Amino acid sequence: MTQPDTVLPGRPETRSSGGLRIEGLDVSYGRVHVLQDVSFEMGSEPVGMVGRNGMGKTTLVKAIAGFLPSSGTIEFEGKSIQGRQPYQITRAGIGYVPQGRRIFPSLTVHEHLTMVGAKKTDRWNVSSVYDLFPRLAERKRNGGGDLSGGEQQMLAIARALLTNPRLVVMDEPSEGLAPAVVDHVSQVLRSVVAEGQSVLLIEQNLRFATELCDRILVMVNGRIAADLPSQVIANDPEVQARYLGVV
Amino acid sequence: MDQFLLVALNGLTLGSIYFLVASGLTLIFGLMRVITMAHGTSYLLGGYIGYSIARASGNWLLGALGAAVAVGLLGLFIHQVLIRRFQDDDLRVALITLGVSLIGTDLMFAAFGGTATQVPIPAEWQTALTLPSGDRYPAIRLIILVLAVVIGVVMWLVINRTRAGSIVRAGVDDSAMTSATGVNVRVVFAVVFVVGSALAAFAGVVGGSLFPLLPGQDGTYLLFSLVVVIVGGMGSIPGAAIGAALVGLVSQFGLVFAPTYATVLTFALMVFVLAFRPQGILGRAV
Repeated sequence: MTQPDTVLPGRPETRSSGGLRIEGLDVSYGRVHVLQDVSFEMGSEPVGMVGRNGMGKTTLVKAIAGFLPSSGTIEFEGKSIQGRQPYQITRAGIGYVPQGRRIFPSLTVHEHLTMVGAKKTDRWNVSSVYDLFPRLAERKRNGGGDLSGGEQQMLAIARALLTNPRLVVMDEPSEGLAPAVVDHVSQVLRSVVAEGQSVLLIEQNLRFATELCDRILVMVNGRIAADLPSQVIANDPEVQARYLGVV
Repeated sequence: MDQFLLVALNGLTLGSIYFLVASGLTLIFGLMRVITMAHGTSYLLGGYIGYSIARASGNWLLGALGAAVAVGLLGLFIHQVLIRRFQDDDLRVALITLGVSLIGTDLMFAAFGGTATQVPIPAEWQTALTLPSGDRYPAIRLIILVLAVVIGVVMWLVINRTRAGSIVRAGVDDSAMTSATGVNVRVVFAVVFVVGSALAAFAGVVGGSLFPLLPGQDGTYLLFSLVVVIVGGMGSIPGAAIGAALVGLVSQFGLVFAPTYATVLTFALMVFVLAFRPQGILGRAV
């Protein structure tokens, strides 16, 4: 099916210690607990999180990105980011690609990229993200609202990379995209991961997740139900059926 | 002088003042969607402060700058202390700023009295210029017209052509996502509020140089700037310019041709525009 280990050799062996640590995280909407006592840790390896709709995946990343109030521990590189504002979390080194892209309709493609304020000397600056997504360079002057879903997704990823994050949190980047576009985005992301970029990927598309990540967390009813190497889940229909209802 | 030309120029210069007041409101209310009822207070207070400074120092420009800075600081206080926590609750923000304006009205009445005052202008502005048509027209009015155009162009360029402008527009589109790009949106909105208040104060000094400053103008200018922003389209600088010119022209021509209905005509203009373009002339459909 996939060769997840093809991304391994390019990645440096020693990556930052610390990474993301979540412990006893609770998130509730009013009286409804969406997340209960979620705990996991990740270093700098690319981690995927899968699970059916409504299992709390988006809620988890929103809590990490500071979009939702939560209680419990969220630490990044040893520092607590729980309860912080989104901009503080971004400045702490976490880039966020939200569900639904959340492109700014009033801004052109180019303005999306320049507003982040990356320096020319940074790994990711306006010209290097144009190299990564040449399509965006072609659409430079177009308004955010005039883009196709795939272009919007590329723009959302580019916008997050421009903050030069040490961890990128992505929420369903394949959602609503044509298969060819999903393949393209997946290929670009693999090249970024191969460079050593740490990623936490939320996905419904299991193949997309296992192609990019070595390690897969499965979320069921607001809890992490399984933590598996991606080869295992990619090649085991029984595991897939149990956690994802995919046969 | 041809009456039509004279009335048109008067309408445009009045529109210039409306534009200066409304340009601040289009940032605060049109872009950020913060309903401020204290905008007219910023106008009148700015006028009075400018009057005091210009009279004491003999320097009009110092008065204008001093008024903008002082009222900008007041705007910072209103935004940070009074309304920031309720920014998403329109009704509360409207009530709080209404309270500010009511208190402001009485305090200004106590401090500056009920008699008309006018900001002293430099002697060299108190002259008339010869228009290309051969007519003579007051220099101060033409200076105000030019000033409004310059400020409008600069504001448009800042909002549409700079990184700071991109950040403001992004913040208006989706403030949480803007924050996630590493921008402290609260600071951005505070700055916009301060700039909007300072512009109103500056407009007060300009308006107070042309017309007398009087109690009650805080309400009048709040109302007219709301009409301008609504007619022109929320958040659009060119829209505010068109709206201000229209409101200025309609009220001046109304005064000449149908004096009884001059005020009504201004609101008829708003009704007319809203009937055909509910989002305003240059507003984006919501």
